[in-house]
Amino acid sequence: MMTKNIKHHLSDDLLMAYASGNLAEGFSIAVAAHVSMCDHCRSRLESYDALGGALLERDTNITVDQNAFSKTLKRIKMTPKVPQPKEKLHSDFPDPLSGYVGRRIAEIKWQPLGMGVKQAVLETSEDATARLLYIPAGAQMPDHSHRGLELTLVLDGAFADENDYFTKGDVEIADGSTNHTPIAMDGKPCICLAVTEAPLRFRKMFHRLIQPLMRI
Amino acid sequence: MNCMNLQIDQTTYRNASPSRVVSVIKDKRARPNDEYQSVTSENTNDGARWAKELDLVHRNKSTEAFERVFNHFAPKVKGFLMKSGTDNAMAEECVQEVMATVWHKAHLFDPSRASAATWIFTIARNKKIDALRKQKRPEPEELGWGPEHEPDQEDVVGLQQETERLGQAIANLPTKQRQLLERAYFSDMSHSEIAAATGLPLGTIKSRIRLALDRLRHAMK
Repeated sequence: MMTKNIKHHLSDDLLMAYASGNLAEGFSIAVAAHVSMCDHCRSRLESYDALGGALLERDTNITVDQNAFSKTLKRIKMTPKVPQPKEKLHSDFPDPLSGYVGRRIAEIKWQPLGMGVKQAVLETSEDATARLLYIPAGAQMPDHSHRGLELTLVLDGAFADENDYFTKGDVEIADGSTNHTPIAMDGKPCICLAVTEAPLRFRKMFHRLIQPLMRI
Repeated sequence: MNCMNLQIDQTTYRNASPSRVVSVIKDKRARPNDEYQSVTSENTNDGARWAKELDLVHRNKSTEAFERVFNHFAPKVKGFLMKSGTDNAMAEECVQEVMATVWHKAHLFDPSRASAATWIFTIARNKKIDALRKQKRPEPEELGWGPEHEPDQEDVVGLQQETERLGQAIANLPTKQRQLLERAYFSDMSHSEIAAATGLPLGTIKSRIRLALDRLRHAMK
């Protein structure tokens, strides 16, 4: 699902966090969906994967259990053959998103937010919230800010704020501190994927859970 | 080929063409078979070596080649998982699953798109997300190379050269920058979590990472 004329791309931070496996599921959906549409970010992501590979190659000081190889062979014998990838079905959304919302815009179960604006919240892990937004032409985007990282990926239509214009495939990255009022443009509804960080309370808890394991 | 296309500024975005993507589409089917029969580490570089071993795993179902891949990469994968916060038992378990996946998916390894280390890193990373974060990993759509796609030898060699240069560039980084990159990749933490855990301001973390990436980019020019 390559899209031309994408002007607003993913940040290095997001690509690196996605490549290293440290990005919350909700943001990962948006990253994977944008990369599906954008060859430029796909090639940048490959660079970050390569960096991970090069760092892995440097790692030397650990040994594995002496039976690890024979255990792995046993495991291989016990695993059934890896299934062939399924035939690709047409979807209104990039594949990584279809896995969460289905393949048809018409079949989304929207929840009305007023003024014709609708949302559908995706089922993901709790460290971020991802939702589809449907904004009628000329209507204003709802304020979903938690004052943390906010990422909006345009799937159809376009929106604009005071400074910028975002169309299909574009990503807007905001930190929640900027006060802006984007509006759906071009005389048609705008459909986007909006991802926000979980409230700080949850992130602190998550951090407490992993900090003792880190020794840094 | 694009080991180090890590541009930040918008002007580079517009001028950057996905050269690797274009070059890989040229589908030459020449691949001398005899070259793949004997694998030695003396007459070839490391990246080429592991690509050939994986090819033997795929084509010949060679357990000998797989054992060599295992002996080289399994400890590294375990190190990666333990730095992410798994205990020894869980890391051992995950290493076996990762290496079993390497066996089963060897036919998907494409040496013109990634080094063996990079490919195995992505499998280990996905295992980490699954086992440690207990989350799903949404993956980008695959580009349709098709099942008959044979990697172009020129691209394979080019990628291996870039991989070596990248390894060298990382080795040449100042220790602090390298450690921070390792932490960003191998610990299960976001940049702000690293900041909280180290007591360094988030801005310092970010600028050190940026500095490290700039150095790598410079070295890859």
